[in-house]
Amino acid sequence: MTVISTEKNPEALSLTLVAEFDAGVERVWQLFEDPRQLERWWGPPTYPATFYKHDFVPGGKASYFMTGPEGDRAHGWWEFTGIDAPRRLEFDDGFADSDGNPTGEFGVSHATVTLEALGDRTRMTMLSIFESEEQLQQMMQMGMEEGLKEAVGQIDGILAEHANA
Amino acid sequence: MVVETLSENELDRLFQALADSTRRDIVRRVTLGGYSVSGLAALYAMSFAAVQKHVAVLERASLVTKEKHGREQIVRGNHEGLQEARRLLDGYEQIWRQRADRMADILAEG
Repeated sequence: MTVISTEKNPEALSLTLVAEFDAGVERVWQLFEDPRQLERWWGPPTYPATFYKHDFVPGGKASYFMTGPEGDRAHGWWEFTGIDAPRRLEFDDGFADSDGNPTGEFGVSHATVTLEALGDRTRMTMLSIFESEEQLQQMMQMGMEEGLKEAVGQIDGILAEHANA
Repeated sequence: MVVETLSENELDRLFQALADSTRRDIVRRVTLGGYSVSGLAALYAMSFAAVQKHVAVLERASLVTKEKHGREQIVRGNHEGLQEARRLLDGYEQIWRQRADRMADILAEG
């Protein structure tokens, strides 16, 4: 079980998620530091993320877009507000126009990722705080395709079971 | 994957309700104040019946409420406490659970 616990605070619009990985802290850090690895997990397979800028230094910015099933693109930006490799990463995340410029729409979310060594494993604590419910709604729209895909996968599984019965 | 707070059906309804740009626009508007269905219909290049259908989808997802007011029906954002924020955070939690699973998959490659 990768995810150990989650905690949601509706008043603060925050989510804390604790996960443990079978890999060392340095290896898990690469998943954030290396944009080619980051884009393999940030977006769901049906809404993949492309990071075309990833200036991974304190105060640096990242630009990315997520490509939907119809070829539609949702643009976003990050600003790395704190980097303490390989233990702690803080960044702001907001929506951008097609040139990667922040739109200011829906506000900014703040993420803090902390990595701790547990022997040769790693515990990741991710805290995400939103400024507005509208921003959360937009985020969910991008995550939605994954939910649909899972549902389709489940149906396929059920059909396969019946075919074999 | 286990959905702890919302049932699969409820999540499906919520995701489907928010998947449409007109419906998201309706939610944004009625969060700020009540609209009649015909008032909403005047805002979009679509029929009254089509807007009514969108409102019904939002109502089933508990995102809006409808209230009879004379001959009109007034649509409002559903502000039952922090229910909506809770629901949104439930969805966001699922996004991060899936991200953590994908991270674990990449790490398993070595």
